[in-house]
Amino acid sequence: MIARFCRKKPLGAAGGAVMLMIVLTAFFANQLQTYDPIATEAGQTLARPSQEHWLGTDHLGRDIYSRIVHGARVSLIVGVASTLLGSVLGGIIGLLSGYVGGKIDLVAQRIMDILQGLPLLVLALVMSASLGPSIHNVVIAISIPIVPRAARVIRSSVLSIREMQYVEAARSLGLRHARIAFRHILPNTIGPFIVLCTAQLGSAILVEAALSFLGLGVPEPYPSWGRMLSVSAAEYAQKAPHLVIFPGLAISLAVFGSNLLGDALRDTLDPRLRGA
Amino acid sequence: MKTYLVQRLGIGLLTLVGMSIVIFALLRFAPGDIVDILFSTGGYVRPEERIAIMKELGIDKPYTVQYAEWMGQLLRGELGMSYNYGVPAWEVIRPKIPVTLELAVLATIVAVLLGVPTGVISAVRQDTTLDYVLRVVSLAGLSMPSFWLGMVIILGMVAWLGWIPPITYVSPAENFHMHALQFALPALAVGYRSSALITRFTRSALLEVLREDYIRTAWAKGQSGRIVIWSHALKNAMLPVITVIGIEFAFLIGGLIVTERVFNLPGVANYLVEAILARDYPIVQNLVMFIAVVVILSNLAVDLLYGFLDPRVRYGD
Repeated sequence: MIARFCRKKPLGAAGGAVMLMIVLTAFFANQLQTYDPIATEAGQTLARPSQEHWLGTDHLGRDIYSRIVHGARVSLIVGVASTLLGSVLGGIIGLLSGYVGGKIDLVAQRIMDILQGLPLLVLALVMSASLGPSIHNVVIAISIPIVPRAARVIRSSVLSIREMQYVEAARSLGLRHARIAFRHILPNTIGPFIVLCTAQLGSAILVEAALSFLGLGVPEPYPSWGRMLSVSAAEYAQKAPHLVIFPGLAISLAVFGSNLLGDALRDTLDPRLRGA
Repeated sequence: MKTYLVQRLGIGLLTLVGMSIVIFALLRFAPGDIVDILFSTGGYVRPEERIAIMKELGIDKPYTVQYAEWMGQLLRGELGMSYNYGVPAWEVIRPKIPVTLELAVLATIVAVLLGVPTGVISAVRQDTTLDYVLRVVSLAGLSMPSFWLGMVIILGMVAWLGWIPPITYVSPAENFHMHALQFALPALAVGYRSSALITRFTRSALLEVLREDYIRTAWAKGQSGRIVIWSHALKNAMLPVITVIGIEFAFLIGGLIVTERVFNLPGVANYLVEAILARDYPIVQNLVMFIAVVVILSNLAVDLLYGFLDPRVRYGD
């Protein structure tokens, strides 16, 4: 199956390879690092890329390469956790709203309207400021804006599945609603769910980077890609452009990989959305 | 049509009320209030002094009263006082609106000028190398943080042209040339990202339209390719694209938050971050509400435009 996917969707396979690389990097960060990512070295501040420091050092003399390797961990954990949290919450709301219908659906949809009425970053910004800086809170702040998007997608797919004959059959057998909803309908929304998750993963990573850049995301000492840009950016960019270039490349690569993979998965799993 | 409009405005208003509750609640959850932040440099605050300040700012009252007061202010068209500046919030916000609006409009123009033609070319040359290249380029646009792109553009300008962007805001009256340049760069960085979305939608919409019968008829009549694509097909393909442009325009504010910061422009989005960090509630609540109003109105505008452009769309039936 994987071989066929690679043949039919070379771009998607490339995206998958990039994501695999980032997952492995995050997993083996301790083995891949060349220096301690949070150790400062006073004599080596703002060093250009060299043999000792492959990607140079920052204003505190920390090794950029090791920080990027560890940053993969932070980005991936925050990205995956917030995407899953938001999609699962939204998925449950969408399932109930689509299956039960009526007033519950109406109220749920209005609440989703409210959450969706603000740009993702604005909502995440207000939320993370109000929750305070910590990895948990960043995950929550990023997941909430994903909830309405997930609810929409799952609701619409539930609406069409609900009318299928096998669901009618289950109903006429006298099965309880909860059983029909969770055992018969839910498994059939897995395709759109996977598509949704891969599509949201990229934007979750981007929002994390933006929040950390603004100083409202992942706190020190965790090396986060977004935060690496914020500290270095304004003051040292002109003296040491590598401070800006490499973390940004890492963010772009991760998001690019998940976008490529997401597109290919969408074409494969959800042919109705092809090319959209 | 009239009932439709009334209905839509009603739903919009309801959404705004709900949003105001969410925003209000979120800001009150925040650990540490303005008094802590005002005195974080001064060290110890005497309890009496603290109470006096809270009273002066009106944050000693119960939340329900605070919320009711805020709503009352909004209805009277007032925005309350900024805690930090001690002047009416509106006076702080007003001069920042044109900056953000100008940037959003410029970025949208960049996005459309870049996105629509690329989308058309990509659709017409479907599955050729050119199509793949354009699609990868546009996906790359969606993948780069626009603030980082902004930084790289600045770095490039400094490295190759030796030009350092002005550190402070230059008004158009002061130096129009500099002003234009100061806005063009962030507009390019943000617009590129939005253009990627427009490219994708244009491509898929056009691909769908190109399969329709009337297009085949146009080809069969011997119409030139340029006319078939740019006039017959694109006209129908533009409808979904316009929706994306409308949604993107409102959501640009999200992208502008960080970009305005990178380019140090005194816009609404940039100021939102400062106000959040300073716990300046009146400013934050009103700015976020302002953004929500812009989003709702631009969605409504897109819907109405839709009916105007496509006679098949009927409202309220």
